[in-house]
Amino acid sequence: MSSMQDHTVVRSSRASRFAALAGIAILILLIAAPLWAGRADMRLLGELFLYLALASLWNLLAGYAGLVSVGQQAFVGFGGYLLFALTIFGGLHPVLAIGVAGLLGAAIAVPVALLIFRLRGAYFAIGTWVVAEVFRLTFAQISVLGGGSGSSLPVSIVKSVAANRTMREWTSYWMALGLVVLVLAVVYLFLRSRRGLALTAIRDNELAASSLGIDIWKTQFQVYVVTAGLTALTGGLIFLQKLRISPDAAFSVNDWTAFVIFIVVIGGIGTIEGPIIGTLVYFALREFLSDLGTIYLIVLGVVAILIMLKAPKGLWGLIRERWGIELFPLSHRVIYSKPDKEK
Amino acid sequence: MTAILKLDRLSKSFGAVVVSDETSIEVEAGEALGIIGPNGAGKTSMFNLITGTLTPDSGTIHFQGENVTKKSAAVRCRAGMARSFQVPQPFDGLSVFENALVAATQGAGMRGHDAENHCLEILENTALLDKANVTAGSLTLLDRKRLELTRALCAKPKLLLLDEIAGGLTEAECVSLVDTIRSIRETGISIIWIEHVVHALLAVVDRLTVIDFGRVIANGEPKAIMASKQVQEIYLGIEVDGEMEGHG
Repeated sequence: MSSMQDHTVVRSSRASRFAALAGIAILILLIAAPLWAGRADMRLLGELFLYLALASLWNLLAGYAGLVSVGQQAFVGFGGYLLFALTIFGGLHPVLAIGVAGLLGAAIAVPVALLIFRLRGAYFAIGTWVVAEVFRLTFAQISVLGGGSGSSLPVSIVKSVAANRTMREWTSYWMALGLVVLVLAVVYLFLRSRRGLALTAIRDNELAASSLGIDIWKTQFQVYVVTAGLTALTGGLIFLQKLRISPDAAFSVNDWTAFVIFIVVIGGIGTIEGPIIGTLVYFALREFLSDLGTIYLIVLGVVAILIMLKAPKGLWGLIRERWGIELFPLSHRVIYSKPDKEK
Repeated sequence: MTAILKLDRLSKSFGAVVVSDETSIEVEAGEALGIIGPNGAGKTSMFNLITGTLTPDSGTIHFQGENVTKKSAAVRCRAGMARSFQVPQPFDGLSVFENALVAATQGAGMRGHDAENHCLEILENTALLDKANVTAGSLTLLDRKRLELTRALCAKPKLLLLDEIAGGLTEAECVSLVDTIRSIRETGISIIWIEHVVHALLAVVDRLTVIDFGRVIANGEPKAIMASKQVQEIYLGIEVDGEMEGHG
């Protein structure tokens, strides 16, 4: 007979320990990218990191908290515009400005959440989009930031990041890498905690979750605010790379939400690994198909439809079903182990 | 003895359908109360009102002397109420153990190894330990019902509300369920149990309340209640004294 004394609960597995080591090796390799990568490669990698950050955040929001937002561009644009405003008018150093933009992004998410959390399901999704449009129209009204046509970051501010162009590109690359590590760490540690378990429970069954002591509104609210802050931070970095901002670019539903949803859905929604695979696939498709013009978007759409039909849990869902591996150990497994006394 | 739960003239209706009509019920600490009544009598709705899934139109609910009428389901659970659902509501994507852990960490506010050991102990008692790593979505109906009981117990309740957990069990399974619920009682947990399998219910409860059309129509010692003319007429649908009127 098995009894509870012979059981222990473990979280990591061989695959996850190997993944942790591989992750550290990859991270070291990526930090050292200036030694082996060309300028164009590094720019591409930097962009990849920022998309991975956005995708991981959207996945936390929609895949775990069940908050299907199609308006995260509100916070990307907000972060971008605040970088410009805080550096140009506030005289802040760009790096500091991005940090402040993140905090203010979280702050502005509080009243936004109070408003849109009254909506459910599809209405919530539309509500988030409306909020993003309100943000776009509001920033288009601010004439000191260029109004509808936007503005460029003054050379003096660009130079304050680093003196020469190479160092600037390296700094911007490292900041993007740092951000994606931060986002992945936040998402992973949050999901691994008691609150993360509560969030997964809400995703699976709201009725049971509330009856077992989980405050659904509060949990979703916290996720929404933290996600908004980190999305604004990402937005700040995106526009520090672009050096130019306009309402249409900053609040683009295509660039900051549609592609991000594509990444998460093909990679596997509701898993940490999914957005990583999805980002790699998205960038691979983009690099190979970019010469095809509009056909590229059609191919992207076909890929998304095929995956939704054939593998609704995404590519990582396929892998996990087949081999049962988990690179980020979130689950709890009960292991039967004979007590040592029996030796 | 003091009342752990006190419902005072609790009313709730959905349009013309009255699910609770000035219902007043008290449960003493440590007591096991059985609730019977025909389908659609308002038994599950009463659980929904008690646990906070539904809000009453009027009346009050006191739990451990505190008015919880306006409190959310989550707050009531953390205060010590836990229920099983008639139609099991597992967290499909989580394992059996993780389902239990949600209750222990959120409902009972436990942490770390304390929470894990608490869950393992209860899984052992409810005979689910061997299935701890199975995804809840792939369980059989019987195991889903066991999981409902397991989760409710992992929340460390002072008041346990069981909604038809014996339905569909074999005789042997029913006997072991009765043993389990008896041993839960012995730990001092108060129980309210809605059940159609009356013999299982009678083996555990101290008192029986009969509900029909959202009203308490009888309440008292189980054997006397079961023998009463009113219960046989309304609950069992037997016209005891040959009158042709009654509920249709």
